[in-house]
Amino acid sequence: MNATPSPEVPSGRPADAPSEVPSGVPAGARPDEGSPAGPPGRRRFSGRRTETGNRVELGEVLLEVEDLKKYFPMKTSGLFRRPADPVKAVDGISFRLRKGETLGVVGESGCGKSTAGRTILQLLPPTAGTIRYKGRDITGVTGHDLRMLRLEMQMIFQDPYGSLNPRQTIGSIVGAPFAIQRIDPEGGVKAEVQRLMERVGLNPEHYNRYPHEFSGGQRQRIGIARAIGLRPSLIVCDEPVSALDVSIQAQVVNLLEDIQNDFDLTYVFVAHDLSVVRHISDRVAVMYLGKIMEMADRDELYGDPLHPYTQALLSAVPLPDPRKENKRARILLTGDLPSPINPPSGCVFHTRCPRFREELTEQERKRCVEEVPAQVPLDADHGVACHYAGPAAAPVL
Amino acid sequence: MSIALSVESGERAPGGAVLLSVRDLRVRFPTEDGLVKAVDGLSFDLRQGETLGIVGESGSGKSVTSQAIMGLYRGTRAEISGLISFDGVDLLGLADEDLRRRRGKDVAMVFQDPLSALHPYYTVGNQVVEAYRVHHDTTKAAARQRAIDMLDRVGIPNPAKRIDQYPHEFSGGMRQRAMIAMALVNDPRLVIADEPTTALDVTVQAQILDLLVGLQKEFGSSIIIITHDLGVVAEMANEILVMYAGRAVERGEAEELFYAPEHPYTWGLLQSMPRMDRLRIERLRPIPGNPPSLISPPSGCAFHPRCTFRDDARLGCAQVEPGFEADAPHPVRCLIPRDERTRTFQTQIRPSL
Repeated sequence: MNATPSPEVPSGRPADAPSEVPSGVPAGARPDEGSPAGPPGRRRFSGRRTETGNRVELGEVLLEVEDLKKYFPMKTSGLFRRPADPVKAVDGISFRLRKGETLGVVGESGCGKSTAGRTILQLLPPTAGTIRYKGRDITGVTGHDLRMLRLEMQMIFQDPYGSLNPRQTIGSIVGAPFAIQRIDPEGGVKAEVQRLMERVGLNPEHYNRYPHEFSGGQRQRIGIARAIGLRPSLIVCDEPVSALDVSIQAQVVNLLEDIQNDFDLTYVFVAHDLSVVRHISDRVAVMYLGKIMEMADRDELYGDPLHPYTQALLSAVPLPDPRKENKRARILLTGDLPSPINPPSGCVFHTRCPRFREELTEQERKRCVEEVPAQVPLDADHGVACHYAGPAAAPVL
Repeated sequence: MSIALSVESGERAPGGAVLLSVRDLRVRFPTEDGLVKAVDGLSFDLRQGETLGIVGESGSGKSVTSQAIMGLYRGTRAEISGLISFDGVDLLGLADEDLRRRRGKDVAMVFQDPLSALHPYYTVGNQVVEAYRVHHDTTKAAARQRAIDMLDRVGIPNPAKRIDQYPHEFSGGMRQRAMIAMALVNDPRLVIADEPTTALDVTVQAQILDLLVGLQKEFGSSIIIITHDLGVVAEMANEILVMYAGRAVERGEAEELFYAPEHPYTWGLLQSMPRMDRLRIERLRPIPGNPPSLISPPSGCAFHPRCTFRDDARLGCAQVEPGFEADAPHPVRCLIPRDERTRTFQTQIRPSL
């Protein structure tokens, strides 16, 4: 279900403006942990741009995910082992990613966003659906093919404590991909690892140190160095900055953007922090109970959310601005996330939907309960999986 | 206690008497590596019915402050000095038995992680009832009724049934509600909420914050909310205290802190946050460097190694320790003269926020 874009969407990132340091900022206010002077600000767009009303598409299609499902079987105990209902962690999601793009995936915990990221990378075998990478179907590849695929796709994990082996030095952690893929970089592995360490803002002399000697932000840099070592094209970032303090978080976000520019990377950025996602993404997908509820260009999604769930989610985030905060209407969702083992019929959101509860007639409600809304299609500009999509009664931001 | 702190501000109800007054609080932990100065000379006041937000990064001493107020470092090796005066009584000087009588009744705490703060072996009702019976001489049946009422108040559906369930049967948001019920069951005059919503989803966070504000209106208690999320304090707090390396670096009315902050660290916090409600203009501006060690903090101003506005030659940021006038309406721990700070904020920081 594509919503017709309104002509006056509050959008308009300065197109491709290498936005210079604003005049007011003192020189040296941003010795940004040694990053090279790339163009600040982002420059990749996909889908419809509102400035010209034209659809601008950059880059070839890198990844296509169609109707991807991941169910986890439940074991039942007892004498008769009958298969129980599976947990539908990801239940039919589709999207298309172009080279150099960042797709943000947001949602509450348990909505399946992390599982989706892992299934795309084939860390978990998908239950159904297709994943095409550079036009090739990679669903369920194994063995040699899978290993070759790992050269192209990497992952950055949330927990910088859990994802680094405490008994290995940084040198061997960052050098591991070379050893596994039996690649001998020019000048030797050690020189390459030290170059990577320098690139992500670590001191190359710390080559022989162990993870516990680093702070949370530095560990996340180690994880990033490991992920970019083999020059992949696609990186799935699973909550890469959630465990970090605000000031450190900003350093890591900037680093992720710099290396994206340098290496022409494509990101799937899974996070629950809606502010970070708006900052880093080109497009954003909102997930709820394993399904994509809404997907659109970031400024359109935040400026003109059409799905009641997106509206509720955005309105729930407190803004660091007391005057604005006092004027905002908050859409409170009642209750908790339903179980993904036994999701509600029809539209999975109807049990908590404020529009369902307050705005719809009995007849309309029947449709929500009985009929599953059409999935957000693969190539939607602004896709909404709702029978009664439309702007919120009051502005949510 | 001391001088009235708040400046007149239009819509806000005038605060009551000063309920909690902390003066020159120091909490130190002796360790093998040296003395960790977790809180180093902290002073603030809190009035009846008001909300104080304490913000800072991890290791800034915000949680240690709250636990010191609760007296949770008694019997440990922590060295505590200073004055924590609650309604005129010095909590640090109280005998253990007297403090026990006040803890939970006058001052209650909501912890960050309800799964580890609730006992997994006892039912939720059991724990709420216990909190009540410690301070009230009532029958079990009356206490149970009180617990059911409380669970109902904090929005737990079907409380008569849920009261007999165990913490693992509750969802994250429900557990946090149960914790709040436990904290409020004795009508405390001060509630300390230490990162009460950090582990929760935004939709649940909104419910919990809403609940806290509603209950505060109803009971008239004061709240100290400790968080790293500036959005949460913007919503909750009348007054905000910014901590860095165990010290207060700036304190003021929420309005002032957000629209006329004066400390370079506060500027850095505001600048490094991505904003959800605006179009993206450029890259984030992180505060360079890492938080300092609390064992050997930097000389002079603790923030000077990361500060972009330091001026060693003129102000001696690396040698001179800036003071903090705890009784002023908007104290700032910075050597830069006030008018210069205000000017810098207006001309350089504000346009980029």
